[in-house]
Amino acid sequence: MALVLTEEQSMLRDSARGLISDKAPVAHLRGLRDAKDTTGFSRELWTTFAEMGFSGLLVPDQFGGSGLGCVEAGIVMEEIGRTLMPSPFLATSVLAASALSRGGSEAQKAQHLPKIADGSLLAALAIDEGAKHRPLQTKLQATRAGNGFKLSGDKAFVVDGHTADLLIVAARSAGSAGDKNGLTLFLVDPKAKGLAVERTAMVDSHNAARIVFDNVEVNADSVLGEVDQGFGLLEGVLNIGRGAVASEMVGLSDEVFGRTVTYLKERKQFGKAIGEFQALQHRAAELYIDIEITRAAVLKALQALDADVAKAATAVAVAKARAGTTATLAVQEGVQMHGGMGMTDQFDIGFFMKRARVCQELFGDSNFHTDQLASGKGY
Amino acid sequence: MADLEKFRAETRAWLEQNCPAEMRKPMTSDGDTFWGGRNTKFSSEARRVWFERMRDKGWTVPHWPKEYGGGGLDGEEAKIVRQEMAAIGARQPLTSFGISMLGPALLKYGTEEQKKEHLPKITAGLIRWCQGYSEPNAGSDLASLQTRAVGDGDDYIINGQKIWTSYANYADWIFCLVRTDPAAKKHDGISFILFDMTSKGVSTKPILLISGYSPFCETFFDNVRVPKSHVVGTVNRGWDVAKYLLQHERAMISGMGERGVGRPLGQIAADSVGADAQGKLDDAQLRSQIANFEVDEAALAAAAERAVDLAKAGQSHPAFSSAMKYYGTELNKRRYEILMSAGGIDALEWESDRSRGGARPRAWLRTKANSIEGGTSEVMLGIVAKRILDLPGA
Repeated sequence: MALVLTEEQSMLRDSARGLISDKAPVAHLRGLRDAKDTTGFSRELWTTFAEMGFSGLLVPDQFGGSGLGCVEAGIVMEEIGRTLMPSPFLATSVLAASALSRGGSEAQKAQHLPKIADGSLLAALAIDEGAKHRPLQTKLQATRAGNGFKLSGDKAFVVDGHTADLLIVAARSAGSAGDKNGLTLFLVDPKAKGLAVERTAMVDSHNAARIVFDNVEVNADSVLGEVDQGFGLLEGVLNIGRGAVASEMVGLSDEVFGRTVTYLKERKQFGKAIGEFQALQHRAAELYIDIEITRAAVLKALQALDADVAKAATAVAVAKARAGTTATLAVQEGVQMHGGMGMTDQFDIGFFMKRARVCQELFGDSNFHTDQLASGKGY
Repeated sequence: MADLEKFRAETRAWLEQNCPAEMRKPMTSDGDTFWGGRNTKFSSEARRVWFERMRDKGWTVPHWPKEYGGGGLDGEEAKIVRQEMAAIGARQPLTSFGISMLGPALLKYGTEEQKKEHLPKITAGLIRWCQGYSEPNAGSDLASLQTRAVGDGDDYIINGQKIWTSYANYADWIFCLVRTDPAAKKHDGISFILFDMTSKGVSTKPILLISGYSPFCETFFDNVRVPKSHVVGTVNRGWDVAKYLLQHERAMISGMGERGVGRPLGQIAADSVGADAQGKLDDAQLRSQIANFEVDEAALAAAAERAVDLAKAGQSHPAFSSAMKYYGTELNKRRYEILMSAGGIDALEWESDRSRGGARPRAWLRTKANSIEGGTSEVMLGIVAKRILDLPGA
């Protein structure tokens, strides 16, 4: 398959870009932040997303979605990255939709997927527990109780956890931290007894939650996939999410870079545009090259995911590792080349720097994925 | 799509049947490369068989037209041949500057007569070409070149000196930049001309490099007589041809680090530094360097694939090869720094059989030229800044 967008994909990009740049420029995020909005995103805009078919992009046709793939989801994420639009798209339409359509029973799919597609159900994936992303180290305990399980433990960095109508929770039903076997995924109602959600305001003004589970009862029907064998499903879903976040970072990097190059052409010092100075020209050129190479690696990973999720791990590790280092470089060069203006809250560049830091941590930073690659290659 | 899958199956079967086992092993020295030419020799019988089978199939250059000895394949088909060759680790049947540099320029700027004269001899490996571009005082500032071509009836008389002429001492013909109008502005008085290296007045002198090898020469022209009909493109517009050819040269150099399906760097390193029971390298810093390198290497491979696909879709920027050249050469230098570090003191031996004559340190030193030849990294960044990013200034 050619590593370029098809005509249909280009059209999708244009329509996503049109909508997002029009309705949710960076000022949209700024406004929500300044208003200390309790939702943290626009429900009205989410309805529009549903009407345009974006919320059900990964939901199969028979459940009311568009039945598209990871390349298409990545296209939308890239546009989200350009304006830093806070949106349930990642948590609900990418992670939850993938988890349910890949691991759900027919009943679970029929119950939830149509509501994801029509925008009426928001969901969140609860994985992380410690300061760093280590899915194998999952400790949240699932103990058999009667017909079901009791869940006890803590989750952190649950994206959109504060607004979710449905939680997908990774828990340890057997074995101990570090084991691949013994992980189970559960569908949990956030209003269940014993469950406490704390919205955590983050550096990037996006949404995440800490969630405490104190003997939360779930029945056997709430198991997503197979008991004790949830790691394969989880890893696949995480890889789809990693591909999506990598795309967001490509959009973010490209936008910061574009703004920076524009500034280099406009800002004058010593009687000329600062973009005439070779020191800055070479740094800009290096960053451009870095972004273009990362863009190719990310598209490669998204295509690999669409071909076979189980065989895409290496390509995804490369994409997420690269996207993390590229975005980190892009925002640092962005601030530096904007000089003092880059340090002001009034200027948008800082928002990109903050979001890039969060995207690095989401589902494993560059170090995590580089280590995964080395281990995968046996050294 | 179905046709392409059929083509892939046929290609795989043909390669399986026709590529000798010896030609599927990674090359161990520069001597394993087959360059063609009048005085060439095959390093082995398998080398000869592999070359001849590929030549007869038109696959020394799969994407050139059949009338010039190519395979007549379109972009997708040629990509499949490359992928299937890489899958079995098949060596290039023929390596030549005729394929990677002159050919594309002739296909775009040459007359039909020039194409018919030269392209079939390139695809058949009969003529080996070298490149007369740099001069002692025209390196990064190539357009200031001073080699003169003065008209004399139907001929030019050429005088001057070139430098860094790769393998000039083995080459049969040269494609050369000469100044045909010294009064014009420096980019406007240059012509692109072809001539036989056995012409009277041509001499070469190899340059000994830090690797101990002499892949480059000084090349001298003393009243060399060349027919005017050997100019490619328009007289005094040779800079257009030169730049177009440079794009292809840069694409070639950016791919010089690709080594097909050799052993992963991590395993090579494990041979010398050791590994724990799980196979994890005993040197954590080195392991991290290697892993970072391999992430970037995989990303570059995707970018190279994408560059070809973008070009096919008519969406590529003509200066993008400069971006790839910059990244590819810097990455290849990093690869050899890692290989040297991984090899430790074993990688310092220069002459022993054990070290195959110091193959690794010599290759390491060779890579240092990657970011100089074909335009330095700094020149590449300047091109990207000005032509792609449209940043201001001279």
